[in-house]
Amino acid sequence: MRHSPGVAAPPQQDTAQAMKLLVPVKRVVDYNVKVRVKADGTGVETANVKMSMNPFDEIAVEEAVRLKEKGAATEIIAVSIGPAAAAEQIRTALAMGADRGILVEVEGAVEPLAVAKLLKAIIMKEEPGLIILGKQAIDDDMNATGQMLAALMGWGQGTFASKVELAADSVTVTREVDGGLETVKLTLPAIVTADLRLNEPRYASLPNIMKARKKPIENLKPADLGVDASPRLTTLKVEEPPKRQAGRKVGSVAELVDKLRNEAKVI
Amino acid sequence: MASYTAPLRDMRFLLNEFVDPERLRALPGCAEIGPDLVDPILDQAATLCSEVLFPINRSGDEEGCTLANGTVSTPAGFKEAWAQFRDGGWPSLACDPEYGGQGIPKSVGLLIEEMICSANMSFGMYPGLSHGAYSALLKHGTDELRATYLEKLVSGEWMGTMCLTEPQCGTDLGLIRTRAIPAEDGSFRITGNKIFISAGEHDLSENILHLVLAKLPDAPPGTRGISLFLVPKFLPTPDGRPGARNGVTCTGLEHKMGIKASATCALAFEDAQGWLVGRPHKGLSAMFTMMNEARLSVGVQGLGLAEVSYQNAVAYARERLQGRALNGSANTDKPADPILVHPDVRRMLLTMRAEIEGCRALAMWVSLEQDIATLHPDAATREAADDLVQLMTPIIKAYLTDVGWEATAMGMQVLGGHGYIRDWGMEQFVRDARIAQIYEGTNGIQALDLVGRKMGAHTGRYLRRFFHPVLAYIEAKSENEPLGEFILPLSKAFGRLQQATAELARRGFSDPFEAGAGASDYLKLFGLTALAYVWTRMAEIALQKPDDDFYRAKLATARFFMARILPRSTGHAAAVMAGGATLRAMEDAMF
Ligand SMILES: Cc1cc2nc3c(=O)[nH]c(=O)nc-3n(C[C@H](O)[C@H](O)[C@H](O)COP(=O)(O)OP(=O)(O)OC[C@H]3O[C@@H](n4cnc5c(N)ncnc54)[C@H](O)[C@@H]3O)c2cc1C
Ligand SMILES: Cc1cc2nc3c(=O)[nH]c(=O)nc-3n(C[C@H](O)[C@H](O)[C@H](O)COP(=O)(O)OP(=O)(O)OC[C@H]3O[C@@H](n4cnc5c(N)ncnc54)[C@H](O)[C@@H]3O)c2cc1C
Repeated sequence: MRHSPGVAAPPQQDTAQAMKLLVPVKRVVDYNVKVRVKADGTGVETANVKMSMNPFDEIAVEEAVRLKEKGAATEIIAVSIGPAAAAEQIRTALAMGADRGILVEVEGAVEPLAVAKLLKAIIMKEEPGLIILGKQAIDDDMNATGQMLAALMGWGQGTFASKVELAADSVTVTREVDGGLETVKLTLPAIVTADLRLNEPRYASLPNIMKARKKPIENLKPADLGVDASPRLTTLKVEEPPKRQAGRKVGSVAELVDKLRNEAKVI
Repeated sequence: MASYTAPLRDMRFLLNEFVDPERLRALPGCAEIGPDLVDPILDQAATLCSEVLFPINRSGDEEGCTLANGTVSTPAGFKEAWAQFRDGGWPSLACDPEYGGQGIPKSVGLLIEEMICSANMSFGMYPGLSHGAYSALLKHGTDELRATYLEKLVSGEWMGTMCLTEPQCGTDLGLIRTRAIPAEDGSFRITGNKIFISAGEHDLSENILHLVLAKLPDAPPGTRGISLFLVPKFLPTPDGRPGARNGVTCTGLEHKMGIKASATCALAFEDAQGWLVGRPHKGLSAMFTMMNEARLSVGVQGLGLAEVSYQNAVAYARERLQGRALNGSANTDKPADPILVHPDVRRMLLTMRAEIEGCRALAMWVSLEQDIATLHPDAATREAADDLVQLMTPIIKAYLTDVGWEATAMGMQVLGGHGYIRDWGMEQFVRDARIAQIYEGTNGIQALDLVGRKMGAHTGRYLRRFFHPVLAYIEAKSENEPLGEFILPLSKAFGRLQQATAELARRGFSDPFEAGAGASDYLKLFGLTALAYVWTRMAEIALQKPDDDFYRAKLATARFFMARILPRSTGHAAAVMAGGATLRAMEDAMF
């Protein structure tokens, strides 16, 4: 496990008795929605569009709940950073089995670095033993927050997890990497990011949906955490991907070679 | 392949804007019913419907149920889906918290019923019948029966049925032959044959609780001599597990047009042990207390199937290229235009949509009144709400199930030949929709109920609960300029309904044949007028929000309803006014 000097020292806690898990969940356009680009090219249409929890975050929540059900963890905190409506996604996490929520209200775009900084501030307060994030959000596909957070904390990271085994002072993570599986053992506290095959998230039961309403959600602003969450990136333009051209039949190999060379310019 | 997405936006509109949500929240036990509670429930139900129930809708239709050695197997996947539904706590949704229910009001529960029927009507039959059995026991069971059985029904561990029909009697339950003989221990021995019993036997639950209509030895003849009994498939052990097999067996399984994954069973009761539910000879009135709820639910089956058919018809109409737009093509780079451009295709889609959204609003309104009728602390308020429910229930049952049949047939038509073959799933919706016009009182019987029982009840008191508020609304809005285009046709239809009501009451009073002769057309006229009313009220809301696509579509659909569907009321009114002479003129032998 790596420790970079000058970053936060790991919070002290008795893992055997209290093992807090922190799970960040992001509000994104539902994965079933056919996303449309706004006419003015500034982003995608989100008005009247179904919003849901980022699917990778659902997997992260599911993993945390399973760890708690196995007795490996004692408390699960779901954190969302986004608009006030992101409380809905926290409620979903609470209905799946998280114990309480923290909503850091930020209007407009939130970038991985700002999210990582906000999460760091929350970690300093809450002192969780393990953070489980989705490997990426399906809206901006950044795949960066977990890694940035690990760097800011100076903690070990097990990204693209397909298996997580939690022990009292370490976590063993099987990672899906190009060409196979890699297993790493991290000293706690640590950061894990969930990949698709880690588990299959449950459907929240009706009684748990009802109970979720009674679970507390703390509302914060970035300023409460001493973080400046304003964007560092500027979006220049958002466009639809080019439409696929209809296929064409070629009469002969010679014609094919000719088209590849002169039209498609691929050879 | 068909697909289904729950119309959550429209449902939220109805819950939060169309009805006054404060009226629901003011009811005892409903203070917390608001978007923050209801939205996540609707969301999760929608997900379950799309991801668990819909995928086994078509396969369930192909495979159907099978009977071997008295045991019925549901199609592949149904057991697992039921387990998921049950473990998720969904059977408990609209049940009493005292027995483990979640206490969600019926008006919210009905939206979820709609989703289930859209996704898989056959599947929905099982919890639907169970809920009927639950309601009967809750309202009429002894403390002991309730303590033994209710929690099992609420949790979905055990399921239920309603056994009314026999070979010689469907509509006319006075002809029931099943007998109940008192036993020494206070229970009864039931013997007789029931047919068409939905969920009568299956492999979803470890026990099945049959609610059976039968006659006691001293029963007065006809419908005044029917009693209701609880007959479990397995007699419960003292610790609440299924014990000895009772004398009820499944002797046959019907092969039918639709809802093939719902087991429709012939049941033989032979000396089966049963317990009286409610008072002796009062079985039918016990049934009637749950009838309104059940009839709203059956109406919503029609609505659910119409909705799923509409969604798939629209998706197809956007993609299918056929013919050129009559007013110039915008698609010149393609060999033809999407059929969505054709006026006749738009007519079909808009007809479906206008009926569906209107019927959903009507059902929402009446089911809220039903919640008020059961929960409100004030007796006069309860009575007023119940009057309206009594009046509107036969209309909702018959009108919505007719819409289910007509709209699914239209959805099929939009797909042309591809709607008729099985691959696209559209013909299944038509077949599944058909039964809802028949059971739970045929639609003809609903019309008779409206004209024979409801119209004259308490010298027109039920009628006034509809007529007075609608008239007051029309008068209050008569100066509302932008709403004028809706108020005008509404008030015309309303006038026709008033006239037809007076005429039918006058003629029917002296000659019941006349009342029966006009009943079905009168029900349609009433339904169309009620839809015109809810559409006007929806348009009033939509007019406030001209920039939002949802409300713009609402307004466009409201206009279509007024222009293209409401005029049917003229024809129905004329048919009512024409009277029964032509039905009488044909002698029986001439048919
Ligand atoms: C798939 C399916 C599931 C069912 N599930 C159940 C169930 O779970 N439990 C249960 O008990 N039953 C069930 N039924 C039975 C159903 O409720 C009856 O079929 C229905 O009540 C009609 O009765 P019938 O079929 O005997 O028709 P009939 O009563 O013979 O009626 C035939 C026709 O005559 C008309 N008619 C009859 N009497 C009158 C009258 N007085 N005035 C005017 N018209 C009249 C009817 O409207 C109908 O059009 C089911 C039926 C089916 C097909
Ligand atoms: C059981 C069966 C037997 C058949 N037998 C034969 C056979 O023996 N020989 C044969 O050649 N074919 C046969 N057919 C094909 C049948 O004739 C076609 O299905 C029918 O012509 C409709 O065409 P389509 O299915 O492509 O629907 P489409 O043409 O795609 O129509 C879809 C919908 O769009 C509407 N529509 C299309 N164009 C317009 C327009 N310009 N304006 C307004 N509305 C429009 C249609 O009315 C329909 O509602 C058969 C089909 C079936 C299902």
